[in-house]
Formats: sequence, structure tokens, C-alpha cells
Amino acid sequence: MGKNSKSIVVTVIGKDEVGIVAKIATALAENSINIIDINQKILGDEIFAMTLLADRANSSLSLPEITAKLKESVKDMALNVTVQDSEVFQYMHRV
Amino acid sequence: MKFSNEEILETIGMIAEGKLDIRTVTLGISLLDCSDPNPAACARKVREKILARGEKLSDKADFVANEYGLPIVNKRISLTPLSLVVPVADPAAFLEVARAVDLAGEEIGVNFVGGYTAMIQKGETAIDKALIAAMPEVLATTQRFCASVVLATTRAGINMDGCYTMGRVIKDIAARTAEQDGIGCAKLVLFANPVEDNPFMAGAFYGIGESESSILVGVSGPGVIRRAIEKLGPEADLGQVAEAIKKSAFKITRAGELVGKEMAKQLGVSFGNLDLSLAPTPADGDSVGQVLEVMGLAMPGAPGSTAALMMLNDAVKKGGLFASSSVGGLSGAFIPVSEDASMIEAAKVGAITIEKLEAMTSVCSVGLDMVAVPGATSAETLAAIIADEMAIGCANHKTTAVRIIPAPGKDIGDFVHFGGLLGEAPIMAVSKISADNFVRRGGRIPAPLQSLKN
Repeated sequence: MGKNSKSIVVTVIGKDEVGIVAKIATALAENSINIIDINQKILGDEIFAMTLLADRANSSLSLPEITAKLKESVKDMALNVTVQDSEVFQYMHRV
Repeated sequence: MKFSNEEILETIGMIAEGKLDIRTVTLGISLLDCSDPNPAACARKVREKILARGEKLSDKADFVANEYGLPIVNKRISLTPLSLVVPVADPAAFLEVARAVDLAGEEIGVNFVGGYTAMIQKGETAIDKALIAAMPEVLATTQRFCASVVLATTRAGINMDGCYTMGRVIKDIAARTAEQDGIGCAKLVLFANPVEDNPFMAGAFYGIGESESSILVGVSGPGVIRRAIEKLGPEADLGQVAEAIKKSAFKITRAGELVGKEMAKQLGVSFGNLDLSLAPTPADGDSVGQVLEVMGLAMPGAPGSTAALMMLNDAVKKGGLFASSSVGGLSGAFIPVSEDASMIEAAKVGAITIEKLEAMTSVCSVGLDMVAVPGATSAETLAAIIADEMAIGCANHKTTAVRIIPAPGKDIGDFVHFGGLLGEAPIMAVSKISADNFVRRGGRIPAPLQSLKN
């Protein structure tokens, strides 16, 4: 995937609750961001951990704006949300 | 999934907890076409060039930082040494151009500009003399223009007259900025064997072998290295520690490479280089001293510090070299006292002394950096301390530097407070044994022998 596809990696970590995936997915959909891959686990008994790869080529939002939207969507939950350009991971972890 | 959970969480952890950041994006600008014997015209040309080349630097850096989610801490400018730009031997001309540079820097929103620089390793020209004569006033009356003077190289030896001159200049700068603990001295770096593509301040200048304009990136991440060593636990041997440092350095450097290439593209200039230096800030967890601590030293300065630092410095280079297509600059570990929480603590309790720091500088980047000494320290003693550091650089074919602050009215037990990135530091003890007669001899220490090395 090159720079043009503009893929991002979203991570959501924190206390498990009903509806986290739904809320994040809705927020992404509302902003024309397409989910490409999703990976979700419960660590131990109650730690929710999700990593998600998405394409933001059709979204007009900047990376900080996307972060703000996602944080807003789960603002009542004890979760930590980060959004990074996937190229960062490509550079760091693939030679 | 394209990336594993572990890889993703590792990177997120590096940024959130390891404080991985791009320490500086420095735009190098050649001023060779701005030379003019009329100081006002020279100042105007320099200002216009800085504005034309650098006006988008700050916005583009913010854009790239946002796009990648990687913080860019500082945006800076490095310039052709001013001694090669102002062709008149008149201190007033240097002052006029320096003020124009300072204002231009403010206008484009950079916090430091480097390049008030003279190269006098073998001797001074009339122009160099004028630049140095104006230096105390320049550093006392401008905010962001940083000075550097090359006093020694392996090929030329050490200009001892220059060391003595700079000892006196440092005293003068300290006196003129006495109300702020001599902060002017924090903007002056004295070099042996400097590099021409250093992105870090205060010692950055843009060498004459460089292109018209290019992006120089300084990455950092002592916190990331510390976390990687912590994860190994106390049982890991030093070979394993070196391996962990290399792997982390590789990843840190890749982040810098990504940002550097994008910045160069955005600004339409070449990507000059990536400097792999581990640079601390006073922020918690962003400390090179703490890396030495997690390696097993109770404090930096403990016996073993030189060995630990050599390994750290070397492993960072080995990991970083493969990660970037253009490694340059200083590329090593920085140990500035006032800018590193753990170094400040070590200096406070006397764990680290100037003499131990000097030994440590023979195996890492830079040298006696941000060291505060009693205000009563004589120009001769300062010159001798400078000469010692220059000798380490000369004999070892490496860059060494001195950034020393004789804080007016302060003595052992006192503190200097500079604020911001420059931090704070306890006054460190200076030997009371006189080197006056040695320094006053003046002249030049010949270049050290390059063969018969046993």
C-alpha cells in the first residue's frame, strides 16, 4: 500500500464494555473511513485491546481531527484511542 | 493484518511512554549569495533569503507532525557561517546582520538559528576578529541566534590564542547576561572537528560543502532505549543490552527518515541528513543519564560510566546506520548537564564532576555541554578547560565541543535556571590549580601525529 491509499492504524485500549467496536466503527463510517482489517482481543479478564487498519483516502479529515472524532465517540468509556499513519509502522517494522 | 498487535503496540508505546519524537527539523540555508560589503544591504539580503526559504518551515513541520502522529519538537534554521557572508572587518556590520537574522527567525517562528560562526582553528582573519568582537553584544541582545567557533581540528591542531580569546569572550557574555545567570553562554559552542550538517543547536551551522538548502533532521528517544533495556531485565548480559539498543535505534531512526523525507518533499528541498543523536530534554523520562542507570549504574558519573556510554553510543550508530539512507551530523549520545534530569541530579550530589564528564566525552557526541561553573572562574581556567576538550577531539578524530557557563555571582551549591529546553543546573566545581602560565603562552598546539599509533 503506497502513500495514496492513506491508511491509518487505530488502537483502542482500556476497560472492556459493551459496544466499543460498534461506536468506533460508526464514527469511522460517518467520516468516510473504510475499515480494512480489524483485530480485537480481551486481555486477562477485562482489558479491551483493538487494533484496526483503515483507509482514509475518501475522508477530508486530518489525522488529529480523526483522533478527536474517535475519542469523542467513546468519551464516556475508560479507553485510550490513538491514530497513526500506517506508513510509520511500515517504516519501523518492515525493511 | 498487515502489522501484528505487538508491532503496533510497541510503536504506540514508544511515542506515548518512551517519548519518541523528532527533536528538531532544521532547515539549512546557504547564505553565500547574500554577501555584500554594505552591512545594510547584506542584512537585507540575508533576511530576505531566510524568509523566502524558511517561511513555510513551521507550518509544514506542524502538518507533517499531524499527518504522521509523530511530534516534531523544534523547528530551526542553520546558516552558512557568518564569517563567510559579511565581508567587512567591522563588528558593527556583524551586529547589524545578526539582528536581521534574529528578527527573520522570529518572523518565521523558529526558536533557534545557528550560524554566527567563525572558523579559527589555525588563525584569525580580520573578519573573524570582528565577528568575535561583536559576539558578546550579539548574544546578549538577540534571542535566538546561536554562535559557534571552531578552535581545533585534527589536521590543524589547537589554536591556543583562540582558546584564550574565547575564555575572555565567555566571561564578557556571562557578565552581559548576568541577570539571567549568564544565559548568553548557553548559545555559544566551541568546537574541535565540527560537522557541517549538524541539525542540533546551539552548534549548528550550514557548511560550505552543503547544497543550496536542505532538511536536517535530529531524532531522539532516550526514553525508548531505556524502556527496551528495562524490558530485558537485570539478568541480560551487556551483549544482549547492546542488541536491544541497536534494534530500538533502528526503529527510532526509521521514524526520523520518514519525517525527513516528507519534510524535504513538502518544502521542495533535498533531504540533507538524519542525525542519530540521543538527545535528552529536561522532561521526565527523556534522559540519557537514565539509560546509563537502567544499564546498571546507580548514577551517571559512577565508575563504569565511560564504558557504558561507549557501548550506548556505538550501538545507537550501528542500529541507526542501516535505517537511513543519509546518516550524518553528530550521530551519538549527548550528555548536556542542565538538559537532562538524571545528569542534573548526579551533578547535584557530586556523582559527576567536570573531570569525569571530560572522560565520558571521549566516547560520545559533543563534549562539556551546558556545564555551569562558578562565576569567579578565570578566563585562563576556562581557556584551559576548553583546550583539554579540544585535545580529546583532535587526538580522537572526532567532534568535541564546549558550552560552559561561568554564572556571575554564583558558586558551588548554587543553581542556574535557564528555563525551557536549556533547563537548570547546579554549579560544578572547577579545579583551583592554575594553568595560567600555560594558557598565556598562546600560539598553536601542532596537529597530532596520524601514524605510529600504538
